[in-house]
Amino acid sequence: MILTSTLPLVARLHVVAAFLGPWGLPPNASEHGLALDHHLLLNLWIALGLLVLIHVILGVGLLGGRRAEPADLWRVEYLPLAALAILFAFLTVKAERLWAAARYTGADPAALQVEVTGEQFAWYFRYPGPDATFGPTRAQLVAPGEGNPLGVDPADAHGADDEVTSELVLPAGREVDLRLKAQDVIHGFSVPAMRLKQNAVPGQTIHIHFTPTTPGTYAILCTQLCGLGHYRMNATLRVLPPDEFASWLASKRRAAP
Amino acid sequence: MSPADATRQQSFFRSRLFTTDHRVIGVQYLVLALVAVAIGTVLSLLMRIHLVWPDWPLPLHGPILPEDYLALVTIHGTIMLFFVLTTAPQAGFGNLILPAQIGSRGMAFPFLNAASFWMTAVALLTLLSSTFVPGGAAISGWTAYPPLSAIASAGPGQAMGMDLWLASIALFAVASTASSINILTTIIRNRCHGMTWERLPLTVWGWFTAALLSVIAFSVLLAAILLLFCDRHAGTSFFLPTGDLVNGVLHRGGDGSPLLWLHLFWFFGHPEVYIAILPGMGLTSMVLANFSHRRVFAYRTMIATTLLIGFLGILLWGHHMFVAGLNPFASSAFSVSTMAIALPAAAKVLSWLATTWRSSPTYTTAMLFALGFVSLFITGGLTGPILAQPILDEYLHNTFFVVAHFHLIMAMAGIFGLYAATYYWFPLLTATRSHPGRLLSEPLGRWHFWLTLVGAYATFLPMHFTGLAGEPRHYAQLTGVPGAGGALSPAGALLSHTLPLNLHITYAAIFLACAQIVFLFNLIRSLRRGVVAPPNPWQATTLEWHPAFNPFLAATASHIQVIAVHRAPCHYQSSPSGETFLPQWEPDIVVQAALESAINPKPE
Repeated sequence: MILTSTLPLVARLHVVAAFLGPWGLPPNASEHGLALDHHLLLNLWIALGLLVLIHVILGVGLLGGRRAEPADLWRVEYLPLAALAILFAFLTVKAERLWAAARYTGADPAALQVEVTGEQFAWYFRYPGPDATFGPTRAQLVAPGEGNPLGVDPADAHGADDEVTSELVLPAGREVDLRLKAQDVIHGFSVPAMRLKQNAVPGQTIHIHFTPTTPGTYAILCTQLCGLGHYRMNATLRVLPPDEFASWLASKRRAAP
Repeated sequence: MSPADATRQQSFFRSRLFTTDHRVIGVQYLVLALVAVAIGTVLSLLMRIHLVWPDWPLPLHGPILPEDYLALVTIHGTIMLFFVLTTAPQAGFGNLILPAQIGSRGMAFPFLNAASFWMTAVALLTLLSSTFVPGGAAISGWTAYPPLSAIASAGPGQAMGMDLWLASIALFAVASTASSINILTTIIRNRCHGMTWERLPLTVWGWFTAALLSVIAFSVLLAAILLLFCDRHAGTSFFLPTGDLVNGVLHRGGDGSPLLWLHLFWFFGHPEVYIAILPGMGLTSMVLANFSHRRVFAYRTMIATTLLIGFLGILLWGHHMFVAGLNPFASSAFSVSTMAIALPAAAKVLSWLATTWRSSPTYTTAMLFALGFVSLFITGGLTGPILAQPILDEYLHNTFFVVAHFHLIMAMAGIFGLYAATYYWFPLLTATRSHPGRLLSEPLGRWHFWLTLVGAYATFLPMHFTGLAGEPRHYAQLTGVPGAGGALSPAGALLSHTLPLNLHITYAAIFLACAQIVFLFNLIRSLRRGVVAPPNPWQATTLEWHPAFNPFLAATASHIQVIAVHRAPCHYQSSPSGETFLPQWEPDIVVQAALESAINPKPE
């Protein structure tokens, strides 16, 4: 049963593999993702190498004839441990530098501002409008049925020009500063193609910044268990060339009352 | 009913049910864990089946709805973590074997011991009963993050189901804390004459460190559960921010933080995985040495690394929270402490490799499972340092890569440790006053081992790849929401790419589960018709094989022996006439001592 089902499976795997990068990663479309992928692949190859090496040592040791037990603590234990310590230290430092570049500092002040709000079970994206300022929101005003899922106060001048969409549209090549919020429970904002993941936590505003490089449409997922509709809490990220983005933004503004 | 029947029945209750005999309590814990693992396995198969054949209706239930799927996730995780991987190695084999291994005739607090078991049993019943209340079982996973777990309107199962979940885990926490205090006290106070700390078998060091962690971790979990219970029913706001709007219900109370729960939970949750695996590590070391007829390589270092893993284990809970909204500097710190624990873990692997290196060991089933433990521990462990790097976690967090990692290193290695223990200690498990212990069938055991090893790798290795391809955890369906015009949305495309591999994983999981029928058959058959075991069938050197601790041999012995320990465990020697071994309890013979110092002058 296993064999018969595996054979067509192998054939299908080849079809799937055509869409994916090395180790099955979806293609990266962000600026910081290149270095991240490089580091991830390095880690995966090291882990695979160690996996094979240790199993070979285990197997050779088991198959060989009986000898006196090893006694040299330095050679058997301390030297390999020192080598591993150096390896792990190298990986840690390399990873920390990438992490620091991505997270220790905020976005460029000229970055595009977009607010992302997770609620059971949808993502909403808010652009601040021509005044470049997000209007205040109030939980009492939340009314998804009336087109105000975030509870933006329409009486407020800053809020009146805010644009709320259910699709995230970004220009290629420009840094974006996302402010993540959650209305009800913890959600996980994840864009695999942008190598981006950050939880949105009720009561907190969390900033992450990145630069999309390749125009296209990409999946946005929720990656923190948030209730029965967790699996369908998806959205789409559309990355446009800068001029197309400008006309998209203008059309949105014209459509607004 | 005649008076004689009544007396017999009463004595059955005393000796088999409400007993304070640590051996019987150990068996009770193991039976409870066996029932729990059977339920947990069936739940996992239902999840696997639903993922690849979403339209398959569960008999007597109907189609599996998304909330059903999440209830399966929650109860599977909770049962396996608490009622199998915490209960069986620590409380089950701990009760059965630990007192004998330190030369004690009992646990320090027999009544507390029995109370712990019955509390654990009630906790399991409470958890299972939550399936049948209105709304069903909780759906927030075994980590129960608020506000999802704090507000009844957040989903089906989050009302009564969640309350029962909290009650169950609170009971379990109390029982585990009491049981761990019992284990700690027993090890500290009840060691026999000559059993110094350095002569303790590594299994005892595993139980000791796990018990220390239990006392620290479960008390924090209990506190967190009480706080969450107050948030749900007493109007407090420990984990709820002001203005939180869940399904139309607005929280107007104080301004709490969901992150506080994450800190408290993972302060418990990470040590918990070491509680599950440390006894298995200790047993693996001893079994490898036993069947390699050698001392455990670098015995003292093994003791030190056990304690070091325990100590570091309570300093790295934040690696579950890299993308949870922590200060990024905190993530860096937790990353370093997590990478650091790879070193004592690697030291253990090196010691296992050296212990078996060119030893031409005896391949009993217990030895095979111990070797399987080493293999799975390595395979699962090597992805640990990858996940410990925050920048990589930014891609891998909550994907199936993580599921593969912890199922290999905790679930599979943990289960292999339990199987090694079962095959190794079965004679002690089955011995009674009136009947000697039996052995499990070795040929069936070998079949069981190879099928399980192949099944474990076939199930969990491919999960790394679906995770790398982007498959998140806790998804009830992998097709996503259709995009415009019924076409596949980008999310649907990303997820459905993993379906072929997921189909393979489901087949492999069914295969893995079916392989366990071989074990169940072996267990049932050997309980009644297994080969009668000799007093020390494995040429073991540790005290649990001392005739005084075998109920059958003790009942037939003519005099009560004084138990004392004369040396460290694993004393094996090659001599021209073959392998000789010297158990911890055999007194030194002058000639033997002279011979030993001549042959083996090197220190540890």
